[in-house]
Amino acid sequence: MNTTGRSLAQMLKGGVIMDVTTAEQAKIAEAAGACSVMALERVPSDIRRDGGVARMSDPLMILEILAAVTIPVMAKVRIGHFVEAQILEALEIDFIDESEVLTPADPFKHVEKTGFKAPFVCGARDLGEALRRIHEGASMIRTKGEAGTGNIVEAVRHVKTMNEGILALKDLNKEEMEFLAQEYRVPVELLEETRRLGRLPVVNFAAGGIATPADAALCMQLGCDGVFVGSGIFKSSDPAKMAHAIVQAVIHFKDPLKLAELSAGLGDAMAGLEIGTLGTRMQERGL
Amino acid sequence: MIGILAIQGGYAEHEAVLAGLGLPFKEVRSLADTEGLTGLIIPGGESTVMDQFMQKYELKEWLLERAHDSSFVMFGTCAGLILLARYGLLDVEVERNAYGRQLDSFVAEVEVQGLGKVRGHFIRAPKIVRVGQGVEVLGEHQGVPVVVKQGAVWGISFHPELASDSTLHAAIFSC
Repeated sequence: MNTTGRSLAQMLKGGVIMDVTTAEQAKIAEAAGACSVMALERVPSDIRRDGGVARMSDPLMILEILAAVTIPVMAKVRIGHFVEAQILEALEIDFIDESEVLTPADPFKHVEKTGFKAPFVCGARDLGEALRRIHEGASMIRTKGEAGTGNIVEAVRHVKTMNEGILALKDLNKEEMEFLAQEYRVPVELLEETRRLGRLPVVNFAAGGIATPADAALCMQLGCDGVFVGSGIFKSSDPAKMAHAIVQAVIHFKDPLKLAELSAGLGDAMAGLEIGTLGTRMQERGL
Repeated sequence: MIGILAIQGGYAEHEAVLAGLGLPFKEVRSLADTEGLTGLIIPGGESTVMDQFMQKYELKEWLLERAHDSSFVMFGTCAGLILLARYGLLDVEVERNAYGRQLDSFVAEVEVQGLGKVRGHFIRAPKIVRVGQGVEVLGEHQGVPVVVKQGAVWGISFHPELASDSTLHAAIFSC
């Protein structure tokens, strides 16, 4: 278990992690109150539009962003691409996102994350996926949602599915727990720990489709520990203002009056996409 | 009633420790939450985020006023220590991320004067590089001060709350 990785994830709670593609954007994000930034070459909505194979970002760009801000920096590797992960660790990245937003590299397996000192965050749609990733060594989980759509519906589906999965553990007897552990392909002890805690044993953020302060607060009220915002910031008409409002919506997620104030006069949020019209569903990558 | 700054970061872990000690607490996000507080915990998290919104929500001003009350207890862990130093509430100089990036984070035990060993996580920890005259150093790690106290203001570079170690919380708040 990556103890210090899990601890860093705990320090990110109640915060917003923003996708940035340049050092300049990273500085805007930090000034707006981001608790961490995700360095990548193209935000998910552009990856979706451009098509082709999406890979780990250029180390030069990642190093520029590492040098530009004092908050922790994350970067993405393709699912199963352990060499991209080795490279990011060599760059002394603070967190590695093994992400379905990039084109998967291994059709069979995720990265064996226990062998790394750098902590990993992974996407999940339900309790089984989340526990498989944790068992592989992930120090943090996020919902997959449907990245690059500005549509919150899939993130909500994943948070609720995970919450229901955890709640359902309550009523299981020993035999049923062992059966479920087999179905999930995880040790029964991990399932028992989850039942005892009444939540995932690691920090769980919302991601994939968050585009407004209200979206962010919705995920927080559903029980997430914080949020990732990808395309939602720098594809809006006033990124600094939108970023600042989403950060405060996560602080005051239970206060509708505050949320009303924060939602006012933000300009245009990113243009959204209906899930039914999508050619590629990134969430179906790497189960 | 102990306040726990709940702008961002690991505030829930401090709540769990205080709950375990049977001490009453409440979350502080705005001035309206500060009434009747006898102390404030500033948790770990990102100091840039907490600093920005403590200023915006006038919590910094409120805290600076509390400094005139010698019985008002302040306890900063990691990012909290950075803010106490930056606001001049604790006469130490702190260097952010001086232990290195996340790859250099570690878990260690610290011998604290009068309290014995305290277990803590050092996560992208700040380093205390200068200690002022009125500041007591109560614990060191490899020769570097990591537990300091000035009157009722306590600052530490690490996170005992992540190791579920309540020794320091008990000593600071149970009197």
